[in-house]
Amino acid sequence: MVALIRTSLMLLLLFMILTGVLYPIAVTGIAHGVFPQQATGSIIVKNGKAVGSRLIGQQFDDPKYFWGRLSATSPYPYNGAASTGSNLGPTNPNLTAAAEGRIKALREAEPGNTSKIPVDLVTASGSGLDPHISPAAAEYQLHRVAMARGIDDAAVRALVAQHTQEKRLGIIGEPVVNVLALNIALDER
Amino acid sequence: MTGNAYLQMGLYFCVLMLLAKPLGVYMARVYEGRSSGLNRALGPVERLFYRICGINPDEEMSWKKYAGAVLLFSAAGFLFLYLLQRLQGMLPLNPQKFAGVPPDLAFNTAVSFITNTNWQSYGGETTLSYLTQMAGLGVQNFVSAASGMAVLVALIRGITRHSSETIGNYWVDLTRSTLYILIPLSLVYSLLLVSQGVVQTFSGYKTVQLAQTITYDKPKLDDKGSPVKDEKGNPVTEKAEMKEQVIPLGPAASQIAIKQLGTNGGGFFNANAAHPLENPTALSNFLEVLAILLIPAALCITFGRMVGDIRQGWALLSAMTIVLVTLMVLCTWSEQGGSPRFASFGVDQSANDLQPGGNMEGKEARFGIVNSAIWATATTAASNGSVNSMHDSYSPLGGLYPLLLIQLGEVIFGGVGSGLYGMLVMAIITVFLAGLMVGRTPEYLGKKIEMFEMKMAALVILIVNALVKVGTALGVATAAGVAGVANPGPHGFTEILYAFSSAANNNGSAFAGLSANTVFYNTALGIAMFIGRFWVIIPVLAIAGSLAKKKQVPASLGTLPTHTPLFIALLIGVILIVGALSFLPAWALGPLAEQVTAAR
Repeated sequence: MVALIRTSLMLLLLFMILTGVLYPIAVTGIAHGVFPQQATGSIIVKNGKAVGSRLIGQQFDDPKYFWGRLSATSPYPYNGAASTGSNLGPTNPNLTAAAEGRIKALREAEPGNTSKIPVDLVTASGSGLDPHISPAAAEYQLHRVAMARGIDDAAVRALVAQHTQEKRLGIIGEPVVNVLALNIALDER
Repeated sequence: MTGNAYLQMGLYFCVLMLLAKPLGVYMARVYEGRSSGLNRALGPVERLFYRICGINPDEEMSWKKYAGAVLLFSAAGFLFLYLLQRLQGMLPLNPQKFAGVPPDLAFNTAVSFITNTNWQSYGGETTLSYLTQMAGLGVQNFVSAASGMAVLVALIRGITRHSSETIGNYWVDLTRSTLYILIPLSLVYSLLLVSQGVVQTFSGYKTVQLAQTITYDKPKLDDKGSPVKDEKGNPVTEKAEMKEQVIPLGPAASQIAIKQLGTNGGGFFNANAAHPLENPTALSNFLEVLAILLIPAALCITFGRMVGDIRQGWALLSAMTIVLVTLMVLCTWSEQGGSPRFASFGVDQSANDLQPGGNMEGKEARFGIVNSAIWATATTAASNGSVNSMHDSYSPLGGLYPLLLIQLGEVIFGGVGSGLYGMLVMAIITVFLAGLMVGRTPEYLGKKIEMFEMKMAALVILIVNALVKVGTALGVATAAGVAGVANPGPHGFTEILYAFSSAANNNGSAFAGLSANTVFYNTALGIAMFIGRFWVIIPVLAIAGSLAKKKQVPASLGTLPTHTPLFIALLIGVILIVGALSFLPAWALGPLAEQVTAAR
């Protein structure tokens, strides 16, 4: 029994050193050598200032920007320090209320737009930090953004296309538009 | 369902099966102690481990000693992980200066990780230091997975040996699983994940400037820091502005690799694999969801090799795949259906080339419906429990399928090792029932199945089953249990049922609206996870010990072959009857009732 306890403790200690210290240090070392940008959060730097991460969405509600998914983080949306989904059940009245709020805001920002609203624009993402929307959701907002900026739709559409990621190998995943990267590109125009 | 959905599922299973075969063969070599290709590099490390720990690799253990070693090693892991969390405030690698974890949460998380459940009562980026993540959770990700694999190998030895008192050496099985299988795979995987954008760094969180300032209603606090309320008791808010965003970082990729490969599933960040820094692209998602089933699938091949009849492994793998594919298709179909309420206010829920459509609440745009449903069913079939979408927001039936997969006892792929030893228990029950029907003594792979094996097999099923039901009843009947519920109506009941199903079966996923970080849930779920793991391991090892002692009986005309489509069908039947039938009444109170409400 004493021998078994001793073996347990020693083995645990060795595994801690190997898998808990050496392994993550080795991965970190190689990762920083080969993929330094990705390993440190895919930070976007503009004029020497960090303005966001390519992978973390930001909150937009100004008509001149593309808007992203709803975010359920608290106390404010897209709080990077506390990821969470809404966890609202399918029959929860708060779920429909949140969608109705978004629909109202979208309609008010662009009263002339009567097309159907893509579902990803009225639902909250799982992480609360989703950096993407669907191409349909970008197309829905395109004219509003162009109007607010006084430029024509075609110019905005070209920018959207530049920031669209297609399905990998034509099969895997969904086509998506990176909202933050697109909005930064619009501001730089 | 869209054509692309079938394509993605087809691709997933093709790649899985293609990789399972070589990995399974490789693992068989590792466990049989033969040269495996990595011996040159890792052999010296292995021998060094044995020398320092005073392990004689040639010593054989009886099942009781083997079980004792499993329990002691897990107890040491628990103690260490508990203390590490409590003391993290005084320890290094804590750039965010997190305080020690409270006792109930530390207990829950420690049990959760030593049992390979990885239920997330904690929120990674708001609670745990980098040191706790790496040297605490990360280590248990490796060794709890390796423990499960060791117990499986012991059971396989029980089947293949005859007239033997011993079933192998736990220390050797544990060490070889970790060194030769889990570490090399994790190294490759973590680098692939970093290439996609999963973070891996020791620097603290980064603050960035927002493109557009956020204005929001901030709860007003008094001098003591508690919220101010108006006469009606509603919290008072004031307008506030936020110009910055915090980007959480950490050594995540190294941990996520093993969390997926070892069917652990505890997230580095709170949102788990839905978090863009944990699972940034469609490609990282494919790799991660592949990792969930990779080792459990390959172990079926290992089993076939070790019992000397590869068809036996393929039969079990086929049964698992048939059940999973069916539920995966059903889940995708449910989620692509979307919500009848949204349809009524002009929302476009159709799936096409420009949008995923369907029920997108709690799902990420880059995964859409298809990859969320593939993940949800794979992670609950295996006892992984990581999530890339929030199961709580699934449609009533879409959420029932993951729940069902958990309640089947985590034998459809299941945890690494634990899934297959659970499945072998099911196979034993199946030959027993088939034996009853034709009036012959049942046998499995040349071993007579008798009273003792059946008693132990029954224990395995009954203990977990009872845990789920007693736990749920307790949750529903007590004020502390009901207080955690987030959603009204039948959905709230499902949240509690899901929590106890997940804990007792060591899955770890959740209907995460449930506020589980309370003394009641931390304690109750902690106990459920503990019993659900070790009170299964002990009877399984007892079966191994008893089978090892028996003589091999040659197959006769009356032997039921256990590699045929007939056997696969019988096995699936037994799994569904045992697992599903016993929970039908509970579904009627939860998801089924909600489905009826939703359709109205």
